[in-house]
Amino acid sequence: MRRNTLSVVSDDLRSLAAIELHHEVAQFLYLEARLQDLHDYDGWEALWESDAIYWVPANGQDTDPERQMSIICDNRSRIHIRIEQLKTGRRHTQTPRSEICHLISNIMVTEVTEDEVSVAANALVYEDNLRGETLWASHNDYRLRKGSDGFRLVRKKVGLVNNAKPIFTLSFLI
Amino acid sequence: MPLAMMDADLSSLIEPTRVNSRLYTDPTIFQREMKKIWYRTWVYVGHASEIPNKNDYVTKSIGPTPVLMVRDHTGEIRVLLNKCPHRGNQLCAYREGNARTFTCPYHAWTFANTGELIGYAMPDGYEGVSKVGVGLGKAPRVEAYRGFVFASLAGDGPTLEEHLGGAKAAIDQLCNNSPTGEVELTAGFLQHRTKANWKFLTENETDGYHPGSVHRSIFQVARSGIANLYSAESTALTRDFGNGHTEFDLRPEWRRLGEPLTWFGTTPERLPDYVTSMNEAYGPERAREIMIDGSPHIMIFPNLFIAEIQIFVLQPVSVDESIQHVTAIQFRGAPDINRRLLQQTMGSVGPAGLLLADDTEMYERNHRGAVVPDPEWLVLTRGLHRERRDENGYLVAHATDEVPQRGIWRHYLELMQD
Repeated sequence: MRRNTLSVVSDDLRSLAAIELHHEVAQFLYLEARLQDLHDYDGWEALWESDAIYWVPANGQDTDPERQMSIICDNRSRIHIRIEQLKTGRRHTQTPRSEICHLISNIMVTEVTEDEVSVAANALVYEDNLRGETLWASHNDYRLRKGSDGFRLVRKKVGLVNNAKPIFTLSFLI
Repeated sequence: MPLAMMDADLSSLIEPTRVNSRLYTDPTIFQREMKKIWYRTWVYVGHASEIPNKNDYVTKSIGPTPVLMVRDHTGEIRVLLNKCPHRGNQLCAYREGNARTFTCPYHAWTFANTGELIGYAMPDGYEGVSKVGVGLGKAPRVEAYRGFVFASLAGDGPTLEEHLGGAKAAIDQLCNNSPTGEVELTAGFLQHRTKANWKFLTENETDGYHPGSVHRSIFQVARSGIANLYSAESTALTRDFGNGHTEFDLRPEWRRLGEPLTWFGTTPERLPDYVTSMNEAYGPERAREIMIDGSPHIMIFPNLFIAEIQIFVLQPVSVDESIQHVTAIQFRGAPDINRRLLQQTMGSVGPAGLLLADDTEMYERNHRGAVVPDPEWLVLTRGLHRERRDENGYLVAHATDEVPQRGIWRHYLELMQD
């Protein structure tokens, strides 16, 4: 069900004016980026809904994750394992942790339903670790669900622009 | 000393139980490896299932050299070098496709997918000049074993069968886990880049000593019993097949536990369709044996690592950079297990893999250490006192012993000195 964000209707999300909705969405994406930059693993994990999918495809932007290899294709329980592993302090590739700076830009609300909003954005992430400096550029798609205390992530896709090429280890939260 | 190590006696750097750090860091040794190993011996290129139809092609590599693995218009698999013989241009810029011919974008020289030159722009300029002998470079020897395609850039040498030796049985073991006896590599590859010499990767693949520390985090979080396979009590074996091929043989552990599909961390109840098709294909008794033994963990020198449920193709790019190409193994005709094979593979391997990101971190630290001058020598003495010959005459030792690494270096020295 595709609806223009500018149409003002009575439902919760759809009642928000476009500018207000855009602001709320941007604030949420900046919060997520900040939690990632700070390696606040619990804070970041708490953003995810129970039916979440965290997807970083490989070899293109529109592959079938049921049949094709992805860099990450985590359901909620695997997101939890990923976070728990980072928290052991023995995830060697993050010990010491990467220094991270996420920049989120080009935010567009692409679809609004009663309780969910779909968003596209670009991300540029600077990483510095033992190996050196790496830049990660991606086209991201999000589906956010509105709850009583704000948005939650239902789906996040990080479409790295160079995901068909050999890439270095990607072990921080992108 | 630009070519210092091209002809030097490498036995001064490789001893039976220790190797010199310089082997991992010297660019002239890397050049010599290309000549003596990668552009000479059998190197794994790709799988027949990646080019199922006539005229299919896929871009692959032999070391740093880009090649096209092609099923030509007659159905024969060929390995062509991706270089136009006119001005050296990269011929094909696509990852895969279907084409009877390749046309170079520079001057429109066109080649059949068998490698022969068949035409060029403005042929009047070549009046009296023969097209014969100006085709694409080709691997003179290409052979497949159960779909696994290997190529040698040398015109002669041991046959693929001689090269594989005891490792052939491991490929059979893998294929037996498919109800059709066939595996497919159809899920696409992750390409994991690392700043490390390729030999750190080859040596690590059958190292049973590292998982207890490198992978402790995921063993702890997943609360899996996998850690026991790498413990002092493990009955798993490290094995040296010769020719540089090495194995981490888990069958003693799986046979001790005696339950089908334990090797895959699951039970027959969870994969009913797969078990039914295995029973139909092999009969219940043999199927049970196959499903207890599981899939092998073998490093076929120099670049094919079959890691139970996935394969890695190791590619040296330069003395300090390598790429791991990795994909899930799929068993032809077994959709229920294939979904799990893909899910588990994606969780474990590649740039964000819960296992391989840590291995790859170690490769980079290995390499950073190798350039440190003192101590020069790296020791491979683990398990010397308890290595022995198995019933087939292959050297074996405890799960955590360095029989594989010693075996790899023994073969490496032979090839490099030859």
